[in-house]
Amino acid sequence: MNPFEFLRGLWTTFLNFLERPVTYQYPEIKRPVRERFRGRHELKRYDNGLEKCIGCALCAAACPADAIFVEAAENTDEDRFSPGERYASTYEINFLRCIFCGFCEDACPTEAIVLEHNYELSYTDRRSAIYGKDKLLVPVPEGGQPTPMKVEPGSFDRAVPEMEDPT
Amino acid sequence: MDLVLVLEWTIKAAVILMVFVVLGAAYLTYFERRMLARFQVRIGPNRAGPFGLLQPIADTIKLMFKEDLIPEQADKVLFIVAPIITVIPAMILLAVIPIGPEVWGINLDLAADINVGVLYIMAVASIAVYGIAIAGWSSANKYSLMGGIRATAQMISYELALALAFVGPILLTNSENPMSVHEIVRAQQSLWFVVLQPVGFLIYMMAAVAEINRAPFDMPEAEQELTAGYHTEYSGLKFALFYLAEYGKMLVVSFIGATLFLGGYWGPFVNQVPLLGPVYLLAKVVVLLYFIVWLRATYPRLRYDKLMAFGWKFMLPLALLNVMITASVIVLVGG
Repeated sequence: MNPFEFLRGLWTTFLNFLERPVTYQYPEIKRPVRERFRGRHELKRYDNGLEKCIGCALCAAACPADAIFVEAAENTDEDRFSPGERYASTYEINFLRCIFCGFCEDACPTEAIVLEHNYELSYTDRRSAIYGKDKLLVPVPEGGQPTPMKVEPGSFDRAVPEMEDPT
Repeated sequence: MDLVLVLEWTIKAAVILMVFVVLGAAYLTYFERRMLARFQVRIGPNRAGPFGLLQPIADTIKLMFKEDLIPEQADKVLFIVAPIITVIPAMILLAVIPIGPEVWGINLDLAADINVGVLYIMAVASIAVYGIAIAGWSSANKYSLMGGIRATAQMISYELALALAFVGPILLTNSENPMSVHEIVRAQQSLWFVVLQPVGFLIYMMAAVAEINRAPFDMPEAEQELTAGYHTEYSGLKFALFYLAEYGKMLVVSFIGATLFLGGYWGPFVNQVPLLGPVYLLAKVVVLLYFIVWLRATYPRLRYDKLMAFGWKFMLPLALLNVMITASVIVLVGG
């Protein structure tokens, strides 16, 4: 037992005492998340306002936690929600089950579902943890029209858009 | 006349001891959490009220509404009595600590002037170990029992060094009643005893930290080994009482240290403005409390056998040596 070492220990902690705290005062100051952070999902739209989701339920099939429920319905040119034949009439994610793995995002053929940066999820009961289309769908972009929209027959026949070559 | 006397005692007991110790202990938890947070480069509780000042009150309310569990196998009577036995000594220890001088007929000296004040401190401080041992035993939980046994062994070991550390100020007090805390404080008007007894002061602080079971001597409640030690099975208000006792004792130990070694209420201009006395005393107490928190932030817990070895093989001989040298010097120099 070297008494000098004891004093050195005290001095070390005292130097720490004088340092500025590293704490973020959370609700007032938020740390930005990483670009690839997986937060709450959003259902995206095309620039003209049509929903990207075509109701294929591949996300529900890919989901390891069985958190996603999709019910599809037929599109018509009178009431068009999305390009192609079908759209998701019901799209629900149970956030009590969701593990934010991002498999749904990988499975989606139209890049309709994206895990965004919102991590501030809280619920007061189990029912309100199930988010429907009303909460998941992003607002109509500028210059677009709300769905369902009336379109020229034959203009949106293709369900999956032409993808850009990633290379 | 008797009625007035009884009333006076009641007010003294209720206001000074109960309210001061309870509030002091509550805000000591706040003080410790804030200071400890700064040592760990954090901020600490700052949400409840301005600067988090309402945090202790929020904690108390939370503890009051918690479910009060008594384990089925527990010895019910002892289980309930144990926290009371632990908390009462912490509350009544302050009775002999003088908080200010008597000048111009203004008596700030509210404390009881008994001629065996130091003995009183020693005697009452030792009672708390019964509460902890009983709490550990009556819980019918092996971790609690281990905590209680450790507390007993540790407190008995360090009490000897603590008592011997008290001998220094008693020897140095040149008066008819050197055991009276008042006389000890009065003797320090010109020179604090910490200057004459630096080793005694160090021994006192170390033994006191061990006596109140705080890091690095928090063996009876070592979280990693014993979950929470003797108060593992306690919840609600009973747990709050243990908490109160722990922090109350921390407060009291600092008061005693400030009184016996750091000159009590003495400081510049106390003779002119007696009201400064309590302020000085409190400032010294806060410095000692800060030191105790600082120790906790710095040192890891000692291993149990090393703790006992340190107490018996180092602290006790050192304290005895200190007493011998002090006594010899006083005889030679002539006090």
